[in-house]
Amino acid sequence: MYILAIFPTGITDRVSASPTLEVRIWRGTDTGAFAAYEVPAAESQTVLDVVTWVQRHREPALAYRFACRVGVCGSCAMTVNGRARWTCRSHVKDVARDGRLVIEPLRHLPRIKDLVCDLTPFFDKWRRAGGWFEGEATRREPMPALAPGAEARQTVDAGIECINCAVCYSACDVVGWRPDYLGPAALNRAWTLVNDARHVRTREVLDATATSDGCTVCHTHGNCTEHCPVGISPTAAIAGLKRKVFRRWLRGGHA
Amino acid sequence: MKTTPESRRGAGYRAFLAHRLSGLALAVFLPAHFLTLGLALEGAEALDRFLAFAELPLVKAAEWSLVVLLATHLGLGARLLVLELGPWRGLRIAWVGWAVGIAAVTGLAFLAVA
Repeated sequence: MYILAIFPTGITDRVSASPTLEVRIWRGTDTGAFAAYEVPAAESQTVLDVVTWVQRHREPALAYRFACRVGVCGSCAMTVNGRARWTCRSHVKDVARDGRLVIEPLRHLPRIKDLVCDLTPFFDKWRRAGGWFEGEATRREPMPALAPGAEARQTVDAGIECINCAVCYSACDVVGWRPDYLGPAALNRAWTLVNDARHVRTREVLDATATSDGCTVCHTHGNCTEHCPVGISPTAAIAGLKRKVFRRWLRGGHA
Repeated sequence: MKTTPESRRGAGYRAFLAHRLSGLALAVFLPAHFLTLGLALEGAEALDRFLAFAELPLVKAAEWSLVVLLATHLGLGARLLVLELGPWRGLRIAWVGWAVGIAAVTGLAFLAVA
């Protein structure tokens, strides 16, 4: 079993005199409380390892989400010591403060149970921002040639690796203040489509992001950019959308 | 109970707060400022009376804070404009420090001439 491979035999079930971590984990839904656990500390240990240890040895009913464990799927994102992050790629030694960890679900999303959020609003906003690709070529036509060095193509490349972990959404203060705001991930997706030469609904995407809940609501705090585990800058994408909308307005088109 | 987001400690958030609060303070100040300028139209006596009032230490201190607020708002606003309308070169967090520094120098300069 994965967790047994991490902790040497003998410390998995028993918290002895060896170093331990003080871990507080959110239990419940929107109403609930933190529960405290003592977890054996290991030399190389991620926050996800800690949550897994608690579920397997102390709290079998603890709900949390994970899949790949290597920073590919984005499903294990949680709030650790106040900061949204992937727990599988967060080493305890980098994030614990004096051996203490406070683990909560992501912010700004309905809580289903313990550390599990309902991501439906997050993905609904993707659709509201027009975030699906639509081309006009069929499979019988040749693939369109896109020069790798073209400016628009490079702009798409800068934002296309988003895996929808919702860390940026959780870190965004504006989403917290205005729950209808589309948020950084949806707007970043929209920006990649606006710059995609093969996409046929560019105008509609721009319309969808120029609403009162769209790009103009962003206050440019830059939290999304600072928190993104993949290194994407949704702030840059949102600024790009603002520029497009602004230029359209200057040309006499509606904002 | 939820803990405070760590994002609130970021320079970007603090820059937003300073920009918003200085903007609100300026929105309160500017009508009073224009009203004062308007006194000049009513003759020298009315304006002189106000200018004498403006020499009071408390009013002077308020004036100083308004000058600092204006400089802060200008500097942080310039950063936002460059971030949103210029080519993307990162969050330009260093500019927040520059804006605060320029506001401090402006405040000192006001003290020197006041």
